[in-house]
Amino acid sequence: MTEGLRYAYAVVRDTGAPEAGPDALAALEGVPGVAGEPVRAVRHLGLAVLAGDVPTEDFDEGPLRERLEDMAWLEKVARAHQRVVDTAGADSCVIPVRLATVCRGEEGLRRMLADGRERFASALDRLEGRVEWGVKVYAAPPPPEEPPAGQPPAGGRGAPTALSGRDYLRRRKAQRQAAERRWGQTEEGARLVHDTLTGLAERHRLHPPQDPKLSGESDRNVLNAAYLVRREDSAGFAERVGRLAERATGLRVELTGPWAPYSFTADDDGAGSAGADG
Amino acid sequence: MTTAPSGPLAHQQIALVDVLDRLLAGGVVITGDLTLRIADVDLVRIDLRALISSVNADVPSPWEEP
Repeated sequence: MTEGLRYAYAVVRDTGAPEAGPDALAALEGVPGVAGEPVRAVRHLGLAVLAGDVPTEDFDEGPLRERLEDMAWLEKVARAHQRVVDTAGADSCVIPVRLATVCRGEEGLRRMLADGRERFASALDRLEGRVEWGVKVYAAPPPPEEPPAGQPPAGGRGAPTALSGRDYLRRRKAQRQAAERRWGQTEEGARLVHDTLTGLAERHRLHPPQDPKLSGESDRNVLNAAYLVRREDSAGFAERVGRLAERATGLRVELTGPWAPYSFTADDDGAGSAGADG
Repeated sequence: MTTAPSGPLAHQQIALVDVLDRLLAGGVVITGDLTLRIADVDLVRIDLRALISSVNADVPSPWEEP
C-alpha cells in the first residue's frame, strides 16, 4: 500500500484464491525474508510477486552496495532468499528473481509484473512442473609429484650422471603421461555423467567450476551443471546419478536439489537447451 | 560415491557457493527504472568480484558467465 522498499523473491501464478493468495504463499508461513520480515504476495494481472518490506538503511541503493561487500551479510541474505524461493517452490511453480531485486513500494512491484508480464507468463508455462537438480563432479587431485631424483645413484663413479639424467627424464615422462591419462579419464568420466544426464533432462546449463578456495573442497571441480527435470522424473534422475556415481571411478559425484528452476529462467536457447553448452 | 540429498532442500545443509551460483547467475533479471540500479546484475557482480579479489588476489571470479 505504502511507500518504502520491497524486496522481490519470486513470481508465481495468481491462483485467484480470494483471501489466502497464491498456493506458494501458504508454505511461507513462518519463513522470514531477508530482513526477517514476513513474505507476502502482491498480485497484478494474473501474476503475483512474493515480496517483503525491507528497511531503507540496509536496502536502499547506497547501503545495499556496501552491505553486499560484507560476506557475512551477503550469506545471510542469500540464504534467506534461497529459503523463501525454494520453500515456495517446493510444490508449485515459482520463477526466482535475481538476488537483490528491490522495488519502490507495491506500485514498483506491480510495475515490475506489468512490464515483465509476457516474460513471466512464458517462463511459468515453460517451467511448470519442472525442478532443477544440481550435479557436481570432482576429481581427486593427482598425488604430489616425486621430488626430482635427488641423489644420483650411489656407486656411480665416472659417467653415471649421464645415465641418471636419462633415467630422470624417462621417469618424468612416465609421470607426465600417467598424469595426463588420469586427467583424460577424469574428463571422459565427467563427460559420460553429463551426456547421460543431459539425455534425461529437458534442458541443462553449465555453471563455471567452483573455486576450491570458495567451496572449501580440496578436490578439483570438473563439472558444475544444472539440469531441468520434470517433477515426476526426479526420483529416476536422482537414482541415475547414484548409479553413475558408483561406476565413475576416481570421481566424486554430488547431487543437490530439487531446486526451484533458478538456472532456467532465461528463455534464450543459448543458455543451455540441448546441445548448447555454455 | 555420491552425496544424496535427503528431504526437502530447505532442510539440507547447502554450500553457500551452490546458493550463489544460482542466485547470482540465475533468476529473472529485472531492468528498468522500476528497480533500484543495484539490482542490476553487473553491479552485483562487480561488487562480488571486488570482494573476492580482495580475499584472494589471484582468484578470478567463479561467477563469470562461461
